[in-house]
Amino acid sequence: LRTFSDLNTMLETQFLFLAPAYHLILEGILILWIVRLLFSKTYKLQERSDLTEKEKEELIEEWQPEPLVPPVSKEHPALNYNIVSGPPNHKIVVNGKECINFASFNFLGLLANERVKNAALTSLRKYGVGTCGPRGFYGTFDVHLELEDRLAKFMRTEEAIIYSYGFATIASAIPAYSKRGDLVFVDESACFAIQKGLQASRSNLKYFKHNDMADLERLLKEQEAEDQKNPRKARVTRRFIIVEGLYMNTGNICPLPELLKLKYKYKVRIFLEESLSFGVLGEHGQGVTEHFGINIDDIDLISANMENSLASVGGFCCGRSFVIDHQRLSGQGYCFSASLPPMLASAAIEALNIMEENPDIFSVLREKCQRIHNMLQGISGMKVVGESFSPAFHLQLEKSTGSRESDVKLLQAIIDYCTDRQIALTQARYLDKDEKFLPPPSIRVVVSVEQTEEELDKAAALIKEAAQHNLH
Amino acid sequence: SLHLHGLQFNAQRQVHYIAQNGGLYKRPFNESFEETPMLVAVLTYMGYGILTLFGYLRDFLREWKIEKCHNATEREEQKDFVPLYQDFENFYTRNLYMRIRDSWNRPICSVPGARFDVLERISYDYNWTFNYTGKVIQDVINMGSYNYLGFAESFGICADAAAEVTEKYGAGVCSTRQEMGSLDKHEELEELVAQFLGVEAAMTFGMGFATNSMNIPALAGKGCLILSDELNHASLVLGARLSGATIRVFKHNNMQSLEKLLKDAIVHGQPRTHRPWKKILILVEGIYSMEGSIVRLPEVIALKKKYKAYLYLDEAHSIGALGPSGRGVVEYFGLDPMDVDIMMGTFTKSFGAAGGYIGGRKELLAYLRSHSHSAVYATSMSPPIVEQIITSMKCIMGKDGTTIGQDRVQQLAENTRYFRGRLKKMGFIIYGNDDSPVVPLMLYMPAKIGAFGREMLKRNIGVVVVGFPATPIIESRARFCVSAAHTKEMLDVALKEISEVGDLLQLKYSRHKPVPLLDRPFDETTYEETED
Ligand SMILES: Cc1ncc(COP(=O)(O)O)c(C=O)c1O
Ligand SMILES: Cc1ncc(COP(=O)(O)O)c(C=O)c1O
Repeated sequence: LRTFSDLNTMLETQFLFLAPAYHLILEGILILWIVRLLFSKTYKLQERSDLTEKEKEELIEEWQPEPLVPPVSKEHPALNYNIVSGPPNHKIVVNGKECINFASFNFLGLLANERVKNAALTSLRKYGVGTCGPRGFYGTFDVHLELEDRLAKFMRTEEAIIYSYGFATIASAIPAYSKRGDLVFVDESACFAIQKGLQASRSNLKYFKHNDMADLERLLKEQEAEDQKNPRKARVTRRFIIVEGLYMNTGNICPLPELLKLKYKYKVRIFLEESLSFGVLGEHGQGVTEHFGINIDDIDLISANMENSLASVGGFCCGRSFVIDHQRLSGQGYCFSASLPPMLASAAIEALNIMEENPDIFSVLREKCQRIHNMLQGISGMKVVGESFSPAFHLQLEKSTGSRESDVKLLQAIIDYCTDRQIALTQARYLDKDEKFLPPPSIRVVVSVEQTEEELDKAAALIKEAAQHNLH
Repeated sequence: SLHLHGLQFNAQRQVHYIAQNGGLYKRPFNESFEETPMLVAVLTYMGYGILTLFGYLRDFLREWKIEKCHNATEREEQKDFVPLYQDFENFYTRNLYMRIRDSWNRPICSVPGARFDVLERISYDYNWTFNYTGKVIQDVINMGSYNYLGFAESFGICADAAAEVTEKYGAGVCSTRQEMGSLDKHEELEELVAQFLGVEAAMTFGMGFATNSMNIPALAGKGCLILSDELNHASLVLGARLSGATIRVFKHNNMQSLEKLLKDAIVHGQPRTHRPWKKILILVEGIYSMEGSIVRLPEVIALKKKYKAYLYLDEAHSIGALGPSGRGVVEYFGLDPMDVDIMMGTFTKSFGAAGGYIGGRKELLAYLRSHSHSAVYATSMSPPIVEQIITSMKCIMGKDGTTIGQDRVQQLAENTRYFRGRLKKMGFIIYGNDDSPVVPLMLYMPAKIGAFGREMLKRNIGVVVVGFPATPIIESRARFCVSAAHTKEMLDVALKEISEVGDLLQLKYSRHKPVPLLDRPFDETTYEETED
């Protein structure tokens, strides 16, 4: 009896003594299990031991995959695209017809600029064409460093980083910062490159109505309530607002001053895509921050491509070094792709020179935008969408014909009418099934400083005429 | 993965020099790798262990402001925001990469040809910042650029043609292929690429990376399965992820692993529902840029036919660089390009230009023209770049009426064999295929990464060194890219210096016991699954 009770107490004390270790081990295993469930998603497929080899072979024999791609009808508008013969300058030959170009994003007319061409040529004769390597592996040229420096100075930020492809710029920048579990508040009209960057980031997305600050604040408030419930999670959840300076899909400007208020109120970082507004808005073409007179350091990251105003190729991000430098090891399109051909970097540098020497060019562009914008008002059956100072804006049907397909056809008829009369226009193209919020079909009119007043007037009159001809 | 299997000491290593499979190969397939010697593996892990400990120590000192902190910091106004970076996120960068970062991003200021000029830079703060001295290190032998056929040139027919097009067209395009950016030059290029590849049609894109990441989503989606080699390039991985398809990863170039995945996929169908997969897409590369291996294409094609899967082949490094007339890995093995459903490649390497292409059947290209993210949303290729590709490609095809292109293809093959053979004889562990111009030389230990890069530059040779995360943690390496532009004299100088540095740093690890890649052990019970 004694021994039994002794054993009992011994076991008890030992059990008590062991209890924390048990706990630790059990908890450890549990945590490992949860981590495994959460992250690895590595698991064995259920073995189907009930199947014999022969049955498996039959399954393999029977399986018929879908075709690699579905057939595309020859009528598909995307297969009947415009072919440009020769350079896509102010005067452009589209499908064999010489026209005035109202379609290319060559806002400042730098594409045909002799100085830019000469800079590119000189560079070509020094460096050749390709770089044969990514930035890390001898793909960094002195001109890349110079261009980054110049862009940073032009934008008055600490640092800039260049990419070799405009689309890849914001699409790589977003996932460099925003990861799984982070939160992004994004405008419904955000362009496709932003959408793809967001998808790559695997962050949680909250869409707010286009330029609707009340809607954004509603989402932020909701999040605030959510955070109070789970403060621990809130402390590590990064949050971002992603907007465009001038929206590619609508031609509208973002209400940056209000966005800034929300930024500091709710402690959310702002990323700004300025592909349309860089080299357009502001007294010196610095973009939407200059337009509103906002301290550029209040924006966490600005990205833009060099394919519109600068008429070269590639893109850049700029901001404080604390933010930007991170991309040099984390920007996928930066690290894992050959760097920008030096001649294109040189072209961009020369374009920056021209912009700095001729700040008037931006007010000239603005006047031209306003001129055609005004003249296009009041076409019956069509509406102008976008700011009057935006060099790219949209003409939409006031009333849909009922199907997207026939709307597109109708707009194309208007465009063809204009092309036949020497004005080259294009519809804004989208991937209908891939856009999160598909914008309505539209003709995108692009203004450039090279267009004369007569040409602007002619284009406006012609569009009016074409609309009358096709809509009534 | 820590590649622990590298530690397994295999006393009875078998030596296979040729691994041929059922007569699928029309030529010897000499691909071998040598296991990491156990002592080296142990020392390498210890090296990382010590570096990590010191990292923690220094982070601690920085925290207490004993060591100066060079990091850029958050704005005062935003100190109460959720931190942009988690502390551990940059641990590796701060404490390991920073020590040796002078071996990367070295700026050059000339053509990246057989030799190039490097801007001299020094750091006074342990690599946190660099100062340019204004001096140029001239005529460094370039063993780092992907200039396989030597088309990185500033004079000659390609550069002349590109110059002429620059004068006529300018640098940019300012529109997309679907709007106002399809130039006659693009159409010309696409016809030529199709002809070059021996496929029905082709389309070109402004960036090789984006060619993958913006087209794979058009080809696969929910309910599709993507089987991807574990060493596939980041762009393929991103494309697969953006597609929304389920992704499973097979062991590098391991046909048993691939076949198992194919078989399981068809037999079991999709997870949970068991619904059959809509389609299966296999993603492989021609030459793997970190491993130097060549895809076992004859076997991949046999498998894809047997299991009715589709094949996406990324020839970024193999186009121009392999095959008797430079048509890539398909020609190298004497196969039919129509057996590869999607022929993808880039112009950044052999053609000395930029951008990428996709070739294949007419229906495929019609679909891509209308559904490629790149065609609809990205600015088209710059005309001078297009011209560089047209002229270099015509040169390879002999359409310029000379044998320059053909000679270069041959020269590259010779240089490759010579360079690889000599390195192996010297006793280095060299990975990959005997015919691959990508030549990885194993360094293993983290301290040797920086040392090798610096010593070689001191000797006027530019090399690329890579470590984790681009390679498995213990398999740090140097990578040479052989070029047709290298003369025998240049290669001999490079080899002599590599040998000297090899002795200095004790890099001659080889015991001359190569094992074919196929025999690398693989764990066949688990594989990754991504479903978002
Ligand atoms: C296999 C593979 N695919 C794609 C790419 C990207 O090509 P690019 O440098 O033209 O963007 C690379 C480049 O390094 C590569 O190795
Ligand atoms: C082609 C094919 N047929 C039949 C089956 C059988 O499905 P289950 O027996 O799960 O209904 C599968 C499996 O998923 C399959 O892939």
